[in-house]
Amino acid sequence: MDFLRPADWSEALEAKAKHPEATPIAGGTDLMVELNFDHRRPEILLDLSRVEQLRQWSRLPEAQGGVLRLGAGVPYSRLIDEVGAALPGLAMAARTVGSPQIRNRGTLGGNLVSASPAGDGHPPLIASGAEVEVESARASRTVPVAEFFTGVKKTVLAEDELVAAIRVPEATGPQQFSKIGTRNAMVIAVCTFAVALHPRRETVGTGIGSAAPTPRAASEAEEFLAAELAERDQWRRPTPLPESVVDRFAELVVNATAPIDDVRGTARYRTHALGVLARRTLGWAWEEYRNSAETAGRQGCA
Amino acid sequence: MRLNLTVNGRPMTADDVWEGESLLYVLRERLGLPGSKNACEQGECGSCTVYLEGVPVCACLVAAGQAQDREVGTVEGLADEDELSPVQRAFVDAGAVQCGFCTPGLLVAADDLINRVPDPSDAEIREALAGNLCRCTGYEKIMEAVREAAAEKTGSSSEGGRR
Ligand SMILES: Cc1cc2nc3c(=O)[nH]c(=O)nc-3n(C[C@H](O)[C@H](O)[C@H](O)COP(=O)(O)OP(=O)(O)OC[C@H]3O[C@@H](n4cnc5c(N)ncnc54)[C@H](O)[C@@H]3O)c2cc1C
Ligand code: FES
Ligand code: FES
Repeated sequence: MDFLRPADWSEALEAKAKHPEATPIAGGTDLMVELNFDHRRPEILLDLSRVEQLRQWSRLPEAQGGVLRLGAGVPYSRLIDEVGAALPGLAMAARTVGSPQIRNRGTLGGNLVSASPAGDGHPPLIASGAEVEVESARASRTVPVAEFFTGVKKTVLAEDELVAAIRVPEATGPQQFSKIGTRNAMVIAVCTFAVALHPRRETVGTGIGSAAPTPRAASEAEEFLAAELAERDQWRRPTPLPESVVDRFAELVVNATAPIDDVRGTARYRTHALGVLARRTLGWAWEEYRNSAETAGRQGCA
Repeated sequence: MRLNLTVNGRPMTADDVWEGESLLYVLRERLGLPGSKNACEQGECGSCTVYLEGVPVCACLVAAGQAQDREVGTVEGLADEDELSPVQRAFVDAGAVQCGFCTPGLLVAADDLINRVPDPSDAEIREALAGNLCRCTGYEKIMEAVREAAAEKTGSSSEGGRR
C-alpha cells in the first residue's frame, strides 16, 4: 500500500490528480471499519488529516450574505463548540453522531462522501440550503447538498475531486433536528428530520434522512407552509399554528419519502415516525419563533 | 513503513508497519502496550480509547500512517511512577471493575472528562461515557467512581487555589 501524506491543500489536490484511484482518509470513522474487516483494501490511502486548511472554518464576507465556510475536515466536536450558535440545526445533528470519541474524529466531509442514506449531517445542511465546495487540480465548483448525492453511497465527485468545504448560510431563525433510534448514543438513524425557518426570506427549509436512497428536502411541504404563513401574515404576527396546517405539513413530508424495510425498521414505521418528527420539530421551531417575535415586539414598544 | 510517534511522553518506533493497520494494533502488537483493549474494531465499544493529540479517540479507527509523528496517550500513561491517577484510584475504591475489559477505555474517557469539566453532572458523565460499553457492572459503580474522582480533583485543585 502507498500512504500519501500531503502537507497542505494544494499538495492534496495534486496527489489526487496524479493518483485518482487513491482513497482519501479523514477521521477514518467510516473507512477504518472497512479496512479492519477487510471489506476494502485500497492500493493508496490519501491522508487528509494533516491538511490544515481542511480543519479551519471562516465567515465569508458579509456581501455573500452571512455564510459560514466549514472546512471538510473540522470534526463534529469542534462544529458543536465553535459554530453551534450560528448553525443550531447542524449542531443538534452533530450531537447525535456516535459517541464523544467518534465526534472527536468524524468529519462533515467524510459524512458527505460516505453518502450513507442515514448520514446525520445531511438533513440539516439541506434544510439550511448549504453547498458543497468541490475542488480538483483542474477546477472548483459548488454543488447544493441535495444534489451532491446520486444514490446509496454515490456522489457527484469525479475521481480527481476532493471536498474542500461546506458553505452553510447562518441561521436567521429557529432550526430543529430530530432522530429516531434505539438509544440516545451510538445509533444509526431509523429516520431523521430537520426543519429551518428563514424569516428574512420568508421561506421554510426541510431535510429528511434515512427514508429514501438519498437525503432530500420535502419541497412541497416547504412551499405549502411558506404560503400558509405568508397568507396569514404569520412572519410578522405569529400565532399558534392551526392543527390542520401542521397535519398537512407532516403529510407532505411523508409524501416526499420512499422508505424501505431494513434491519433498523420497516417502511411503515418510518412513514409513521417521520410524520411525528415533522409535527414535533415544526411545533418546537414555531414556538421558538413566536417567543422571539414576542420578545422583539416588546422591545420595539419600550 | 517505519512509524515514529510519541507514546505517553516517550518517543517510540515501530518497523514494518502496514499503514492501513490500526493504531490499536500498533500499540498492542508492535509496541508491547496491551492496556488498550480490542473488542469490536469498529468504534462501537470504546475499549480502545486513547488520547491522540490530547483528544480521546478510538485507536481502532486511526490508521497507523495517520499516527506518524503524533502524540498518543494510553491507559499505561495515566499513573505516575508510584501512584494511581485519581480515576484509577476511584475505580478501585468504588468497585467499578469486574472483568476489567472495558476499564482501560473508560479510564481514559473519564480522565478526559474530569480534566475538562470541573464538577460534572450525572448527565455530563453519562454523555462523556456514552461511547464506552461495559457488559458487567451495570454502570452504577462506574458512575460512582467518576463522581468520586471528579470530586477529589475539584477538592485538590481548589485547595491548591486557596493556598
Ligand atoms: C461507532 C460509529 C458510530 C457512528 N455514528 C454515526 C451517526 O450517529 N451518524 C452518522 O451520520 N454517522 C455515524 N458514523 C459514521 C461516521 O462517523 C460519519 O459518517 C463521519 O462523518 C465520517 O467522517 P470521517 O472523517 O471519519 O470519514 P472517513 O472514514 O475518513 O471517510 C469517509 C469517506 O469519505 C471520503 N472522504 C473523507 N473526506 C473527504 C474529502 N475531504 N474529500 C473527498 N473524500 C473524502 C473517504 O475517502 C471515505 O470514502 C458512525 C461511525 C462509527 C464507527
Ligand atoms: S475496539 Fe475500538 S471501539 Fe471497540
Ligand atoms: S467490567 Fe467487564 S465489561 Fe466492564
